[in-house]
Amino acid sequence: MQQFFQQLSDGLVLGALYALIALGYTMVYGIVQLINFAHGEIFMVGAFGGYTLYHYVLPSSLPSGIALLLVLLVAMLTSALLAAFVERVAYRPLRNAPRLAPLITAIGVSIALQESIRLFYPNGSVGKPFPQLFPRGTVDLGGVTLTYVDLFVISLALVLMLTLRTFVFRSATGRAMRATAQDPDTARLMGVDTDRIIVITFVLGGLLAGAAGVLQGMIASPIDFKIGFIAGLKAFTAAVLGGIGNITGAVLGGFTLGIVEALATQYVPNGSALKDSFAFVVLVLVLVFRPTGLLGESVRSRA
Amino acid sequence: MSLLEVRDLRVAYGAIEAIKGISLDVEEGQVVTLIGTNGAGKTTTLRTLSGLLRPVAGQVLFDGARLDKLKAHEIVARGVAHAPEGRRIFPLMTVEENLELGAYSRKGEAIAQDVAEVFERFPRLHERRAQKAGTLSGGEQQMLAIGRALMSRPRLLMLDEPSMGLSPIMIQLIFDTVAELKAAGTTILLVEQNASAALALADTGYVLETGRVVLTGTGPDLLTDENVRKAYLGED
Ligand SMILES: Nc1ncnc2c1ncn2[C@@H]1O[C@H](COP(=O)(O)OP(=O)(O)O)[C@@H](O)[C@H]1O
Ligand SMILES: [Mg+2]
Repeated sequence: MQQFFQQLSDGLVLGALYALIALGYTMVYGIVQLINFAHGEIFMVGAFGGYTLYHYVLPSSLPSGIALLLVLLVAMLTSALLAAFVERVAYRPLRNAPRLAPLITAIGVSIALQESIRLFYPNGSVGKPFPQLFPRGTVDLGGVTLTYVDLFVISLALVLMLTLRTFVFRSATGRAMRATAQDPDTARLMGVDTDRIIVITFVLGGLLAGAAGVLQGMIASPIDFKIGFIAGLKAFTAAVLGGIGNITGAVLGGFTLGIVEALATQYVPNGSALKDSFAFVVLVLVLVFRPTGLLGESVRSRA
Repeated sequence: MSLLEVRDLRVAYGAIEAIKGISLDVEEGQVVTLIGTNGAGKTTTLRTLSGLLRPVAGQVLFDGARLDKLKAHEIVARGVAHAPEGRRIFPLMTVEENLELGAYSRKGEAIAQDVAEVFERFPRLHERRAQKAGTLSGGEQQMLAIGRALMSRPRLLMLDEPSMGLSPIMIQLIFDTVAELKAAGTTILLVEQNASAALALADTGYVLETGRVVLTGTGPDLLTDENVRKAYLGED
């Protein structure tokens, strides 16, 4: 039983990470009906942005708390700027093209970003040990051990998700986002600059992905140019599981997938060797039995 | 100078020209109606005026300034509101949120006051203000669509078939609303298939047929015009 709860809490940590990335997939899909397959790489480049700041810029005398904060901010900004840039140069020109064109472009952008890091980042094909800036230590909750880092990952993810929720459901810009997702032409008739809203959506997804990049570095150092691929596919699975286009669904899907993966790793024979394959089993099952996902109905009707 | 001047407007969907050069004027304070059978190009015209479609040729002047190169959100900010065909309320948002979106192009506190004014005009909406707009009846949705358009404090209000699909009582209520807005001095461009009711209200009417203006006149003149009566008022 204790084992079970241990896996469950490990699943929550993983799930928090998946949920943060899944939100970017789902928000972009909700607004422009595009699966942004480059989103995993936007996450990966954010992690590299944070790493770069720490490794090349920050003085080593800086207190680690401040360093972590700066690494986090820079990672978030890196991913957000990259997401906005990709939207502007790769997707916007294809706004009225057949749906397949931006999808294939997204795959192209994804490969281009991976290869850019591999080829042009100093020693880019080698993994980078991510700075461990959070205090080490563990807490014991009735036999379930959580590291301080685990708690930080979950807390930060929750804070970011609640902030996003407040923004989307309480602010005027958030309202315009939901309007654009529901009916873009009518949103324009309300005076909404939908191009701007689309960029904002990519930026929000990028901010969360960048934060996730740092969290990934904290729980699974080293980082390399490939981390976006697996994490991206898993987060995409989480978004589909929750009902793509649905914000609450992405969070639910992320945590569900994290928990499924942690439990399966433990209880399926030879599970740890198969660790990365459970997500795809889930993806296939969802697509076969409930393609609209847990919370999905009509996708276009929600942000 | 008219508030709105449309000069030789042409609009195409791909290779197919839907609007083949129309011109029309809307004077400040007037109600102008655009009538014509299904497919004549009325909706296409309004969507072009509000910037959702780009004309192939021609000019749109609003208060003397070109609109036809502007984006839709810039046109709203200039004072043109468009309650689209089929109402197009945001079904998953509350009535109140829909109205607040109507004021998206504005800033300031007067917005709450204008929401209250819409609720005064349509008490039914006030009762349902916290309800998802998708749960409203067709007539209530139309009230919401008109109220939402008014929230931008437009200088020109464009209504695309506001009576479409409504019960006779609701149709009456909607036309009463248009008459009240007219009496209050609102400039309105009204698209209708319900030609007699629209012409009865209108200062000027334009009859559209397959993308061309085939007849123009004052509302009362068109209402008594024999060709109009035959073609659009179901008489023979
Ligand atoms: N999105 C579209 N794509 C292609 N043709 C269209 C589209 N919308 C309207 N049309 C065509 O343009 C013409 C005018 O349509 P519309 O403006 O909707 O007429 P109305 O509002 O007067 O009924 C029709 O022939 C219609 O088939
Ligand atoms: Mg029409």
